[in-house]
Amino acid sequence: MNELQTATTIMEHSFLPIAVLIPLVGSLVVMLLKNNPNLREFTSFSASILLFAVVCSFIPALKKGVTLVYPVFHLLPGLSITLRADGFSMIFALVASSLWMIAVFYSMGYMRAHNEPKQTRFNACFALAIFGAIGVAFSDNLFTLYLFYEIVSICTYPLVAHHQDGESYEGARKYIIYLAGTAKLLLLPALALIYVLTGSLDFSHNISQGVFSANAPGWMVVMLYIFCLLGFAKNGIMPLHHWLPGAMVAPTPVSALLHAVAVVKVGVFSTTRVMLYIFGVDTMQQLNLGIPTAYFVGCTIILASVIALSKDNLKARLAYSTVSQLSYIIMGVALLTPHAIAGGLIHIVNHAFAKITLFFCAGAIFIAAHKKDISEMGGLGRTMPFTFGAFAVAALSMIGAPPVAGFVSKWYLLVGSMEAHQIGILLILIASTVLNAGYFVPVVYRGFFGKPPVGALEGGIREAPLSMLVPLLLAVAVSVLIGIYPNFMMQFVNMVTG
Amino acid sequence: MNQLLINSGFPWLNLLVGLPLAGALILLVFGKDTISRQLTLIITLVNALCTLPVLHGFDSSNTAFQFAHIYTWIPQLHINYTVGVDGISILLVALTTLVMPLCVLASWTYINKRITAFMVCLLVMESAMIGVFIALDFVLFYIFWEFMLIPMYLLIAIWGGPRKSYASIKFFLYTLAGSVLLLVAIIALYLHNGTFFIPAMMWREYGQLFQLLIFLAFFLAFAIKVPMFPFHTWLPAAHVEAPTAGSVLLASILLKMGTYGFLRFCLPITPDASMLLATPLLWLSIAGIIYGGCTALAQQDMKKLIAYSSVGHMGFVTLGIFVFNLHGLQGAMLQMLNHGITTGALFLCIGMIYERNHSRDLAKATGLGPYMPWFATFFTFFSLSAFAFPGTNSFIGEFLVLAGAFAHKPALALAAVPGALLAAAYMLRLLQKVIWGGVNNPDQSKLSDLGLREILVLAPLLLFVFWIGLGPQPFLDYMNPTLNELLQKLHEWQQGQQGMSLNWIF
Repeated sequence: MNELQTATTIMEHSFLPIAVLIPLVGSLVVMLLKNNPNLREFTSFSASILLFAVVCSFIPALKKGVTLVYPVFHLLPGLSITLRADGFSMIFALVASSLWMIAVFYSMGYMRAHNEPKQTRFNACFALAIFGAIGVAFSDNLFTLYLFYEIVSICTYPLVAHHQDGESYEGARKYIIYLAGTAKLLLLPALALIYVLTGSLDFSHNISQGVFSANAPGWMVVMLYIFCLLGFAKNGIMPLHHWLPGAMVAPTPVSALLHAVAVVKVGVFSTTRVMLYIFGVDTMQQLNLGIPTAYFVGCTIILASVIALSKDNLKARLAYSTVSQLSYIIMGVALLTPHAIAGGLIHIVNHAFAKITLFFCAGAIFIAAHKKDISEMGGLGRTMPFTFGAFAVAALSMIGAPPVAGFVSKWYLLVGSMEAHQIGILLILIASTVLNAGYFVPVVYRGFFGKPPVGALEGGIREAPLSMLVPLLLAVAVSVLIGIYPNFMMQFVNMVTG
Repeated sequence: MNQLLINSGFPWLNLLVGLPLAGALILLVFGKDTISRQLTLIITLVNALCTLPVLHGFDSSNTAFQFAHIYTWIPQLHINYTVGVDGISILLVALTTLVMPLCVLASWTYINKRITAFMVCLLVMESAMIGVFIALDFVLFYIFWEFMLIPMYLLIAIWGGPRKSYASIKFFLYTLAGSVLLLVAIIALYLHNGTFFIPAMMWREYGQLFQLLIFLAFFLAFAIKVPMFPFHTWLPAAHVEAPTAGSVLLASILLKMGTYGFLRFCLPITPDASMLLATPLLWLSIAGIIYGGCTALAQQDMKKLIAYSSVGHMGFVTLGIFVFNLHGLQGAMLQMLNHGITTGALFLCIGMIYERNHSRDLAKATGLGPYMPWFATFFTFFSLSAFAFPGTNSFIGEFLVLAGAFAHKPALALAAVPGALLAAAYMLRLLQKVIWGGVNNPDQSKLSDLGLREILVLAPLLLFVFWIGLGPQPFLDYMNPTLNELLQKLHEWQQGQQGMSLNWIF
């Protein structure tokens, strides 16, 4: 432990719990302001700005190579609720807090335009989900991570079940069974066993050495690894991905939040955090865990893309695209070379901004034109040029074309797969790129060049309200920005890979 | 035998036992239905306050029995009135005195016939329950143990639900049947040792057959009380038919007496037999965890659901006890407290629903959330606690038990994990149905939210849910020295002996 502390400077920082508390307090205030919608939304928005500011305030210290920690509760020896801000947590915290700002506006526009009921509950749970996500980002040990991971599961249930009809109850049931079930069945024993083996649940402070000593039985570590990989079912690895398309019954802002920020990213963030900071690159190499994992998630990448091709419902297609893209992140980390890890981690950011744009577009199309199926969207791009333009740019990012953000991750992933001498992975990445193009380009093509369906009224459709349009344009602008200037986010990735 | 006792000034423990009993007598003689509630509340509150000096004055670095007092009672038979608390019992005493005022408050409007008699029963129960935990003389223990049955029987038989006579008789017969052999074992131990002083019976050389028989006699009594699978069949009937306060007392305190018995008597008095039979007991615990979970998942009756969940939760306690390591024992002790707090709270919640719609049927209680936000909040937190959500009390207990089980035998821990999953399944099902329901919920708009009294009943328990969940160290500090000593002696014993085997039987 002492050697590690000399390698990285650790400093206690009292702003850390404040960052985690902002969304929680925001949520409570939102609940109190249920009779005043404007003030309620203003609270959400100010909380999101405040959160973003606090998260940004950590950057200077981190640049100096300091890791910030804050112990909150000490439970047992080696078991505590402790917060930590390092490069790795910043990747996710910045994404979550910045997207929250955008999402608050968008969901206000969507919910009001659609006259959704129970908007207070919606906003409160939205903030609680961010609370969980920020907590996951700033976790210093596996217990804290698990705590916030579970908070996200519970607090997003009301969001998925929002419409309170048979379909949404069914989707929400599936959602909670998959997420809570895997966490109990796989993560809880993993936690207990790691605690027994190492006497603590703390993350290590660098990615090379994990927490296991050399004499820990190999089969047990492998078993723990499998438990963790599948236990964080929010990461959408097949075959435990069914909750994700099922959760599509939720209102579109929720889908956007689930798919781009809070839920799935919590899943992949937790998975990669555990891979790198509990098992560590050395242990994973020793036990030969990396490459098999990469091929395993490679199957998810290809299969999910193929399923996405077959979906006509835009949200369903996006859902399977998410399943596929999440595995890029895990694949990158599993390849265990510095470039591949960097590619995987930066994809957390790139996918987030692109995917939230795509979902925002889907919501905007639904609000403006009341259309959910791609086959009915012919010619819609001509009446909604901004929405479809943003969709096209975000789709390019998903495909991995320059100069949009997705190119950066794909570049690093390709380099990483070559470094690892894995032709198979390289082929998977190329095949996936083709498939991505296969299911995104037709949407854009149909929008701009397709014929409107017979009998459709040309005149009635306009762009969605500004409160929806502006956030989605902002999100896509960020996608382009970090595509052209990736260094801002890459500096945090480099803190991880060293 | 004196080195085990620390005599201190004021006899707080006697007060804890005596005050409720005196209160019961006063109520019996002078009680009127109009004032008996208030009087009982005051007595139980005073008793709860009187626990504080005990908790404060307890020297947790000392493994001896503290606040001890000894009075000669029947000298011809060497029976004394001996009481004292150690790290195992002190928290259970505190739990008892904490739960009692809440039970009184919860019965405030629920009980509307024979109020005085009801309150007398509660007070007698309190006295007997505390007596069981603090008795250091085996006869005294047995008297308290049996004495408890009568008020509990009355609570179920008089103020219970529709099948009260069936449930109360079943409860009575089961528990009595278990304790008959307990008495035989006590007498056998007396004949062997010439004393009823419990610490003097521990860590003695007994013959192997003798130990085994004693253990089995103990086991039957305690396993029925816990209840361990397959001795649990009295429990759902009694829980379901009892009035709210009765269910709470059963779940929170009475079940703990079984596991308390294992810790206090089985391990130190019959260590060889305990170690010999640990493996089957562990698998019996696993069976209880899984069986309780599966059965709870299938229930439509909310009280039955919680009752079966108790079988599962108590399975974790026995699992922790018989792995014989510190994590396991700590987890078991904490799980005893947690179960007392959480399951007690859940029964209180169900009672509050029952008071409003006069039904325990889950289908009639769906979709309460929008109309009873306070209730929904409390119920959510208690449900989360019941399936060991991280940050709540049960997580620590379950986690420690699992850690202990992993250290003992990984297969065992892995076998218990589906039980944790089942707990999440049935609690989330209950929670989802009560708060949200489905598309055709009954009309709940007439129901009123919790009043101040009901909030006061639930709030202290919620406080403990998070206190133990986020800062369990003070609680562990109470029990650690005693548990450490127990383990150390157990290990010394194990090394000193050849170990017991069944060879001589075959």
